[in-house]
Amino acid sequence: MLEWEPVIGLEIHVQLKTRTKMFCRCENVWGEEENTRTCPICLAHPGTLPVANRTAIEWAIKLGLALGCEIAPRALFHRKHYFYPDLPKGYQISQYDVPLASGGRFVLPTAEGDREIGIVRAHLEEDAAKTIHVGGSAGRIAGAEYSLVDFNRGGTPLVEVVSEPDVRSPDEARRFLQLLRRTVVELEISDAEMEKGSLRCDANVSLREVGESGFRTKTELKNMNSFKFVADGITAELERQRDIYEGGGEVVQETLHYDPSTGSVAPLRSKEYADDYRYFPEPDLVPVEPPAGMVEAARAEIGELPGARIRRLEAEVGFDLAEGLVSGGRDRLFEEVPGDRRAVANVLMNQFAALSIDPAQVNAAELGKLIEARETLPRSTFAEALMATGDPDFRADSYLVEVAISDFDELDPVLDRVIAANEAQVTSFKAGKEGVLGYLVGQVMRETQGKANPKVVNERLREKLGA
Amino acid sequence: MIDTLRLTAEDAAGLLERKEVSGEELTRAYMDAIDERDGELHAYLHVVGESGTGVPIAHKDLVTTKGIPTTAGSRILEGYIPVFDSTVAARCKEAGLPILGKTNMDEFAMGSSTENSAYGPSHNPWDPDRVPGGSSGGSAAAVAGGLAPWALGSDTGGSIKQPASLCGLVGLRPTYGTVSRYGIVAFASSLDQIGPITKTVRDCARLYEVIAGRDGCDSTTVDLPEPVQIPTAEDLQGIRIGIPKELNEAEGIEPGVSEQVQKAIALAEGLGAEVGETTLPRSVDYGLACYYLVAPAEASSNLARYDGVRYGHRAAGDGDLTALYERTRWEGFGAEPKRRILIGTYALSAGYYEAYYGQAQKVRTMIAQEHAAAFEQFDLLVSPTSPTVAFRIGEKAENPLAMYLSDLLTIPSNMAGLPGLSIPCGLSEDLPVGLQLIGPQFSENLLFRTGHALERALGFDFVPERLRHA
Repeated sequence: MLEWEPVIGLEIHVQLKTRTKMFCRCENVWGEEENTRTCPICLAHPGTLPVANRTAIEWAIKLGLALGCEIAPRALFHRKHYFYPDLPKGYQISQYDVPLASGGRFVLPTAEGDREIGIVRAHLEEDAAKTIHVGGSAGRIAGAEYSLVDFNRGGTPLVEVVSEPDVRSPDEARRFLQLLRRTVVELEISDAEMEKGSLRCDANVSLREVGESGFRTKTELKNMNSFKFVADGITAELERQRDIYEGGGEVVQETLHYDPSTGSVAPLRSKEYADDYRYFPEPDLVPVEPPAGMVEAARAEIGELPGARIRRLEAEVGFDLAEGLVSGGRDRLFEEVPGDRRAVANVLMNQFAALSIDPAQVNAAELGKLIEARETLPRSTFAEALMATGDPDFRADSYLVEVAISDFDELDPVLDRVIAANEAQVTSFKAGKEGVLGYLVGQVMRETQGKANPKVVNERLREKLGA
Repeated sequence: MIDTLRLTAEDAAGLLERKEVSGEELTRAYMDAIDERDGELHAYLHVVGESGTGVPIAHKDLVTTKGIPTTAGSRILEGYIPVFDSTVAARCKEAGLPILGKTNMDEFAMGSSTENSAYGPSHNPWDPDRVPGGSSGGSAAAVAGGLAPWALGSDTGGSIKQPASLCGLVGLRPTYGTVSRYGIVAFASSLDQIGPITKTVRDCARLYEVIAGRDGCDSTTVDLPEPVQIPTAEDLQGIRIGIPKELNEAEGIEPGVSEQVQKAIALAEGLGAEVGETTLPRSVDYGLACYYLVAPAEASSNLARYDGVRYGHRAAGDGDLTALYERTRWEGFGAEPKRRILIGTYALSAGYYEAYYGQAQKVRTMIAQEHAAAFEQFDLLVSPTSPTVAFRIGEKAENPLAMYLSDLLTIPSNMAGLPGLSIPCGLSEDLPVGLQLIGPQFSENLLFRTGHALERALGFDFVPERLRHA
């Protein structure tokens, strides 16, 4: 039986949240009425010319630096040609042989040590418009009755990050993408939300035998619009390739479309992408020559990177919680909340994470007080209080007054009733079935409408049952 | 009675300033001339007839004008009405210059005769059987025929200088980057420049002053290093003029053209210029070939936007996306744009880029270096503008290569981004001959000064002989 090694490279598109578009002054905003954020430039009226957005250049430099790249002293814009209604000029202004940033590395911390993902380049380009195909299958142009174009998105500044084929598993791809997302979010250059398309990811996927040097034929996988689909899509494609090799076949280089509804991949029709983009230097723009001051200013604005922070927090709470906190964007709050580190981390990663509360809105001191008191609070009260932490006026005290019943005088009659009513369970507990205790605690909680302190109930029950 | 054939823009400005005529009267005079002669000349594609406080102007039909059709001589832009003004149109408007109309041109400025216009050719006011040159032939015909006091043209390979030459007018192709291209329907972006076509060098300088200077909407523009000077000097003391052998002895230059240019050079010497021979060993040999890679390559890209989706011509009928593109572009583009799109697409294709476009860019650098070397010894270079006088309509229409040779002498300095001024210097076979002065980057003031002094000494009459009133 052969052992296969996945070889994966990612191409990640990050929409920059600059105030205006990349090459015109249209507002760069998501979710507005179709075709209301357009002008002669982004609609490619005859004679219009692009003017590069300085902020977009600064932000792309910042991202390049955060990825450990060199910044080109003289970067060029190129035209990349293909005919499609989402591209009004018939070409996209992008970068080709001299990108703004290149030659970086991204450190991906793992429980077993650091993994390094090489960064080939990070270049600046404009996003295409959005096409909506009506009728036909799965929103694709093939078979559609008609197509609509929304040019609001056309011309949005986009940084394309291309990794080396250093990723070795679907899960690693997902974790890399999540940590890269945190990086751009913390740099405050992008919302990077996959469901809105402000973060997009394609994967170049191939397999080789363990120990084999060199690469085999790769395929390009598109349309994975969530972190889960990135991992699932790559997994599906790896399985497809493995089946081909194990069946004695050869993998064909092609572009594939992941269909999350079936979990399968299918080739894109050749008309939906071009293979010769006829690149040439954009004559309407001058080369980008970032002054040293601009690069240094960008460098100075980069704080501690998420990867480094995972390592730092790992010492306090272990790797998994540290990675979870950082990837989920709850690490800043974690560091501000006082109290037992693991307890705080656990609450933030479990109950709190489920509430989709903006961590930036939370009063850390009050949350700390709440977590500190959680053992003494009824679960329902704690859950209710946690839900309220998103309110800037949240005060833990207003929940802490409802102290859980810990008083034996109050509890004992209930406990006695429960013991008497559940003879069979009591017998089996005494016979060593530990799990039954939880059932008995649950009965007490029910009798007290959740107001009993479960920890105290647990201990008192053991005492009474002579365990 | 305003004699629009004789009236310069400067004269017209004087009449307006002294309130001897009103803006309405001035426009009326040109509208009357258009009514009288544009049937024959077909200089205009759209007549607007605005009047205002300044001297009216005609814009080549690739200068985007808000609310006024702008077709670039192509069917594919038939019915397109821009929603914005080009920077040059806006600057003319701010300077108070009302628009008389939009002038005919070779489709997308691809041609040297206006015969490639989708709307039929313009005619040379000196001889209506002949072409006015191109691609800015409509602008040249309008000015020479008294249908506009001055006009804007565009020059990629010689499209201002050559028609000015063929119509007995002054034409400036400015230094690349001094005049905004924002709103100019693009042909070859790294070469396109807007410039004036006028009756006199002083008019040319005045119009250049209106349109030149950095524009925030065009990243390739720069501030002028010095203000435009309206020329007054009538001598050429201390000006060193080089005669590049290859530009003056190229195959295909008509003897009558050479003769008039040589006489003008002798006159320049008489005015105090220091004249000497120089050389551009490879610029002329390689210039044309290099141009016909760079310009079509950029054109193939610039013309990709005409897809029938957002504006302009759109083919009727059902079908898929590819069919829409193919039919729209097949119907909308004429033969010359199609030819250049094919050449350009090929030159940019994977595997050919380095051999064609890449190599052409290197040749371009070499051409610029040769010119720079010549400018170490000379302030300006001189040559004929066009190898020939105006040719007959139809004479070269079936032979694209013969037509391309019309720009043989204007292309090399264009490739180097240098300014060139064409002034009329005499007649050959009763048709105007143009002389081309080429300067280093930003030497427009020196070109105006030299052109003006020569113009005064030459005493060329810009009114076509057959139209002179008894």
